[in-house]
Amino acid sequence: MSGKAKTLRMRKTTVNSFINYAMVIVLFVVTQILIGQGAVSNTIQSMLVPVCCYVVMAVSLNLTVGILGELSLGHAGFMSLGAFSGIITAAVLKDAVASEPLRLAIAMVVGGIFGCIGGVIIGLPVLRLRGDYLAIVTLAFGEIIKNVIQVLYIGLDENGLHFATKESNMVMSEAGTFVVRGPMGATGVTRLSSFAAGFILILITLFVVQNLVDSRAGRAILSLRDNRIAAESVGISVTKYKLMAFVISAVLAGMAGALYGLNYSSTVASKFDFNTSILVLVYVVLGGLGSIRGSIIAAAVLTLLPELLRNGTINEYRMLIYAVILILVMLVTNNPTLRGAVDLIAKKIRSIGKKEKAEGGAQ
Amino acid sequence: MSKQYPKPKLVPVPSTNIIPERDIDKSPILECRHLGIDFGGLTAVSDFNMAIGRTEIAGLIGPNGAGKTTVFNLLTKVYQPTRGTILLDGHDTHSMTTAQVSRAGIARTFQNIRLFSRLSVEDNVKIGLHNQTAYPMWSGIFRLPSYWKKERVAHEMALELLSIFDMQDLADHQAGSLPYGAQRRLEIVRALATGPSLLLLDEPAAGMNPSETAELMENIVKIRDTFQIAIMLIEHDMNLVMGICEGICVLNFGKIIAKGTAEEIQANPAVIEAYLGKKEG
Amino acid sequence: MSFLSYLITGISLGSIYAIIALGYTMVYGIAKMLNFAHGDVIMVGAYVCFFTMSGLSGYLEPGSVAAAVVPQVAGVLLAMVVCTILGVVIEGLAYKPLRQAPSLAVLITAIGVSWFLQNAAQIMWGAAPKNFTSIVGGTVSLADGALNISYVTMLTVVACLVIMVALTTFIGKGKMGKAMRACSEDKAAAQLMGINVNATISVTFAIGSALAAIAGVLMCSAYPTLMPTTGALPGIKAFTAAVFGGIGSIPGAFLGGLLLGIIETFTKAYISTDLSDAIVFLVLIVVLLVKPSGLLGRIVPEKV
Repeated sequence: MSGKAKTLRMRKTTVNSFINYAMVIVLFVVTQILIGQGAVSNTIQSMLVPVCCYVVMAVSLNLTVGILGELSLGHAGFMSLGAFSGIITAAVLKDAVASEPLRLAIAMVVGGIFGCIGGVIIGLPVLRLRGDYLAIVTLAFGEIIKNVIQVLYIGLDENGLHFATKESNMVMSEAGTFVVRGPMGATGVTRLSSFAAGFILILITLFVVQNLVDSRAGRAILSLRDNRIAAESVGISVTKYKLMAFVISAVLAGMAGALYGLNYSSTVASKFDFNTSILVLVYVVLGGLGSIRGSIIAAAVLTLLPELLRNGTINEYRMLIYAVILILVMLVTNNPTLRGAVDLIAKKIRSIGKKEKAEGGAQ
Repeated sequence: MSKQYPKPKLVPVPSTNIIPERDIDKSPILECRHLGIDFGGLTAVSDFNMAIGRTEIAGLIGPNGAGKTTVFNLLTKVYQPTRGTILLDGHDTHSMTTAQVSRAGIARTFQNIRLFSRLSVEDNVKIGLHNQTAYPMWSGIFRLPSYWKKERVAHEMALELLSIFDMQDLADHQAGSLPYGAQRRLEIVRALATGPSLLLLDEPAAGMNPSETAELMENIVKIRDTFQIAIMLIEHDMNLVMGICEGICVLNFGKIIAKGTAEEIQANPAVIEAYLGKKEG
Repeated sequence: MSFLSYLITGISLGSIYAIIALGYTMVYGIAKMLNFAHGDVIMVGAYVCFFTMSGLSGYLEPGSVAAAVVPQVAGVLLAMVVCTILGVVIEGLAYKPLRQAPSLAVLITAIGVSWFLQNAAQIMWGAAPKNFTSIVGGTVSLADGALNISYVTMLTVVACLVIMVALTTFIGKGKMGKAMRACSEDKAAAQLMGINVNATISVTFAIGSALAAIAGVLMCSAYPTLMPTTGALPGIKAFTAAVFGGIGSIPGAFLGGLLLGIIETFTKAYISTDLSDAIVFLVLIVVLLVKPSGLLGRIVPEKV
């Protein structure tokens, strides 16, 4: 009996994970086929890498917000760290590493390392505090990263990297070029990112997050979310597991950032501001806290949606509509009365559908 | 004339504690010396002296607000004591955190049930087994052999522990969806899973009917006999306390007013006045 | 002398932050939510004042006393009325149905409201920045012109002090203030004592939004660029000011706002203009690490 129950339970979590892998793979293959047939517009094609980045961002933020249960408002800060460290790495390795995919991979690893460093620096002191402090400090952190990169000038010549806080202070040889130029951000970036790289990063993210959650460490993280005091009372170290979830989340965001940064010929730091953090948070919440699949779908659909609405008369109102939909979804899913009403309507529609089916069957 | 230095009040150490005779060969599992805590000038518990034998079932009783749960919170370091020492198996738990105290051997349940209510019953127990089935994080991510081995051990141990209360069939249920009594029992199982040498039960019989309480009493004794551990419980149900507790400690206004066996406590005039007297009158 | 001049600028900027932070902190204290749309109410207030002033100035004889006073007074009052109504409507439509919902749901809704206000403003009033005319012009020259203080600066500081005193009195003495304090302690218990919790929360939003309108007008008088996103960054900064001082505490918001303004101005003057935001936020992080409840906040112990 219990053995049977176990296989059933194992199957349930594993099946859930595999559905996610399958979904991502199928979507990738279908998109590739559609591209091959020329059925995907250029606008959508240009959105594919950002979609992958935001999917990774959403799944990784879900690890902090949905699975650990701590609110982070600065996830874009880690993306920013990853983007700029990735861009610099790719620029430095331009001659040393000829293969573009390899250079991209190295850049993404470096982006992940910088995300990790940022995550530890922020997480170590802050995760000891309780309440909304993580939210506030991550918000502040995101703004600090943005602000610091905006005053950073990084030049590259045959002697290596040069740093300055003013363009006029930059000392480098004549052959040198700016990689990062203060408020103008990174310019002249060789575009290395591809849809396939994004697809692989999503698979890596799913592998790490899903396997982590379904292990001893993942259970410890979940226990902190459900009841911190009880978790401590059974010997779970709060700081260790909070930091673990937070840093893994930051590493993945850093990798997504590197992919994002290397997808454009220029990137500015203000791209990764508070609004981007909030946008990713919205994906996570709308997809369902703790639901990996929800995060993937919400991030993909909501990244593409504003682009799809970008035509005709809706264009001017699209962000307004977006805001209204967001408010309505939150109200409907969280207000008991509204939720009841929606459930009732859904039930009615379903019963009508069933009746028709039954009648159809009788004929 | 020589200088007079300030002289502190002298207190006896160790104090006059009692434990069952059968445990006398070994040092007590827990010994509290002059334990106390203040909350912003208000003394919640003071001069709490108590020892618990290795296999004792001890009771901590007292009227509402006497500071019983505060004592549990002090023992598990949810609150840091203002004064006094706690010796667990002879080791001072000073400067330990709640998690460290748990690893050192104190497990507890809570007055207001604190389960991981969104997780399954089995996962709740497995989280209790956290420090006994340890393997590194990356082993879990990359599914290395130690993951499979330790997860199987954890699964088997969890079902075995659940079988104490005949709950193995509930393993896949969500903890929060269980009936009240089952939630209380699950909390005990989760506490046992940490492999404690001292189990603290905070009102284990609260909300149970007489037949459930009788079953619980049997189970508490069974747990002590099977695991050979000490149990300390806070309870308002006098049948349970007088029935199974060996040493009983009565707390009133944060101070111990009586210590002794069930008979001694029941005959103690101070206790009757503070506690039982009120109930009868 | 430049030090004094920077200090005055800092106090003035800090006063604006303080007025906004008061709105944040009151709402947080009573409704236990982070109202991220608060910054955008500021923007709406500034727009209403802007259009009232520019609309009325055409009807009044230029140079007359009426032309110098009427549009400004009308603008401020109308901005306050519109924002108060807006605040109450937002609360009633978007936040009230979520009273029992998890705080994250309310936060996301507030973000939705924020986006709604920004985009609605952009559609109605355009994305192009408007040049806000200060509600009071002119400067006072002291010490032979070494120290110039604009009237707006003085007005801002005075307004902040008046608001602070009025709010403290209102909350400390009045019946409604008592109800607010009761709600912030324990909503269920307050309800059992016959306090209308919903009405109390509505009044809190009304007051907070009226303050936002004043802050918007004062801010745009000092920094005249007005566009749909004008309120966003000051909103975030004022929010950090509220946390800095101890969220939920009214003197804390006042102190936090003031300090934030002074730190920001001094950083810009003596360290780096470009890095001022980073340094302000860094100070916030350090303060929170040293004193987790903020400067004047109190720690609420967890019940086990």
